[in-house]
Amino acid sequence: MIPAVKLEKVNKRYHTPEGEISALEDISFSVGEGEFVGIVGPSGCGKTTLLSIISGLLEPSGGKVFIFGEESYGVNPKIGYMLQRDSLFEWRTIYKNVMLGLEIQNQVTAENISGINELLTKYGLNAFRDNYPSQLSGGMRQRAALIRTLAVNPKILLLDEAFSALDYQTRLAVNDDIYNIIKKEGKTAIMVTHDIAEAISMSERLYVLSRRPGTIKLSVDINLSIENRTPLLSRKAPEFRQYFDMIWKELDIHVL
Amino acid sequence: MSYETFSKEQIQYLKRIKSRNRSIVILRIMLFVVFLAVWEAAASLKWIDPFIFSSPGRITATLSRLYIDGSLWTHVFTTLCETVAGFLLGTAAGVLIAVILWSSDTFSKVLEPYLVVANALPKIALGPVFIVWLGAGPLAIITVALTISLIVTVLEVYTGFKQTDCEKIRLVQSLGANRGQILTKVVLPSSFPVVMNSLKVNVGLSWVGVIVGEFLVSKAGLGYLIVYGGQVFQLDLVMASVVILSLLAAIMYFGVQILEKKIAGRY
Ligand SMILES: Nc1ncnc2c1ncn2[C@@H]1O[C@H](COP(=O)(O)OP(=O)(O)OP(=O)(O)O)[C@@H](O)[C@H]1O
Ligand SMILES: [Mg+2]
Repeated sequence: MIPAVKLEKVNKRYHTPEGEISALEDISFSVGEGEFVGIVGPSGCGKTTLLSIISGLLEPSGGKVFIFGEESYGVNPKIGYMLQRDSLFEWRTIYKNVMLGLEIQNQVTAENISGINELLTKYGLNAFRDNYPSQLSGGMRQRAALIRTLAVNPKILLLDEAFSALDYQTRLAVNDDIYNIIKKEGKTAIMVTHDIAEAISMSERLYVLSRRPGTIKLSVDINLSIENRTPLLSRKAPEFRQYFDMIWKELDIHVL
Repeated sequence: MSYETFSKEQIQYLKRIKSRNRSIVILRIMLFVVFLAVWEAAASLKWIDPFIFSSPGRITATLSRLYIDGSLWTHVFTTLCETVAGFLLGTAAGVLIAVILWSSDTFSKVLEPYLVVANALPKIALGPVFIVWLGAGPLAIITVALTISLIVTVLEVYTGFKQTDCEKIRLVQSLGANRGQILTKVVLPSSFPVVMNSLKVNVGLSWVGVIVGEFLVSKAGLGYLIVYGGQVFQLDLVMASVVILSLLAAIMYFGVQILEKKIAGRY
């Protein structure tokens, strides 16, 4: 089967007047269609850089990115990118916010609009469609941001610490929420986080990045002995603790 | 959210706010009335020389004289047209130039020092130049008004554009937006408050430009009336013109404010 995302020896150097920063080095991996892959790594190791390269917002300094087998240049409409912050436009209503992608891609058709309405209803935001983002709770905003991403019907989702702005309780709930939505819609997902527990609870496979320049230090397949796994249930799996300890050790975080 | 069921405290709180607001309005009106009364009294009791300081009564008389002989409207109309033209042109050109600067980093870097100098330069100094180029008429006056608001608008709006949240730009880029869409979907709407603010500043600046322009040339307009009144020592005429001027400036300012509310609800 053709992988949804494939990286071949990708590296990235940033050039600044102060000097050259090597952010990523020799990153190769592939993600199958429908897989949920997590990426963890210490702060500043190049996680956002990696997602930006996959999304096409950033060009790699070397190496290749393949999306469904085709070498990818520039922003790819098959990819939806959820940024580190929800970045809802405060001057647009929720409905107008989730319409953004369709507007930009000139795809405001009756069919797509009804698709959006369906998503809003299905994920409990229809009553708030005419509200402004400031009137919504953090979890609802996150859901709105996800619907905005899903509205243009991407095959692949990139999530960059999409939940870090939420408090712990909400975060657990939104994890479940968003995981279910992604699975139900049959999307491929790559999620970046520095929350180890979150990564284990949601991913089928996990890549641990080293300190900058980021390289893949370890790849872990997460096999949990529970049925119908959801992030919340996963946290109760007997293997959870072992995975956690192993990744914690690999991350090698020192607190001075 | 619903406000249907108010507690006692809430009702009292709302009442307090209301009565406070009311007393502020009353105080404002009183301040104005007292000011007029003191001025009038001082003039009629000869504490001040009404010939130099004028008085509310004399100003009213002058206004009604101007109204009756029909020249009031000519002057008001002339100045108003020049100001509105200068204001609209200055603001539109300013925003347009800001867009051009935003669209090219190299271009804006090249122009930066020139803009800074142009901003520091008192634009009035160019008045005589415009008069020579454009003739001693409304065109020169409008140009003075335009120049005064232009550079400030460019700098302010451009700064606003540059402060657009990068994450929002990245977001629309990830959705496939081109340069134009980045401008219309993110940069312009998020700079809306800045643009509105510079609009309000420009109202004041355009009046300055027009009045100064009319000081320099002109055969009609409020600026002309003020200069003329000063030259023939008719301070009543000067004061009357200033009164009209403040009324017009206030109306225009509130007009912009209403426009802001209208657009804010819609875009
Ligand atoms: N535009 C840029 N120019 C120069 N250096 C950059 C740029 N963007 C990122 N970097 C550097 O590259 C490194 C990786 O950045 P990146 O944002 O990808 O890290 P990250 O893993 O997402 O960090 P965090 O966990 O804090 O979100 C950082 O050290 C950062 O300083
Ligand atoms: Mg990051």
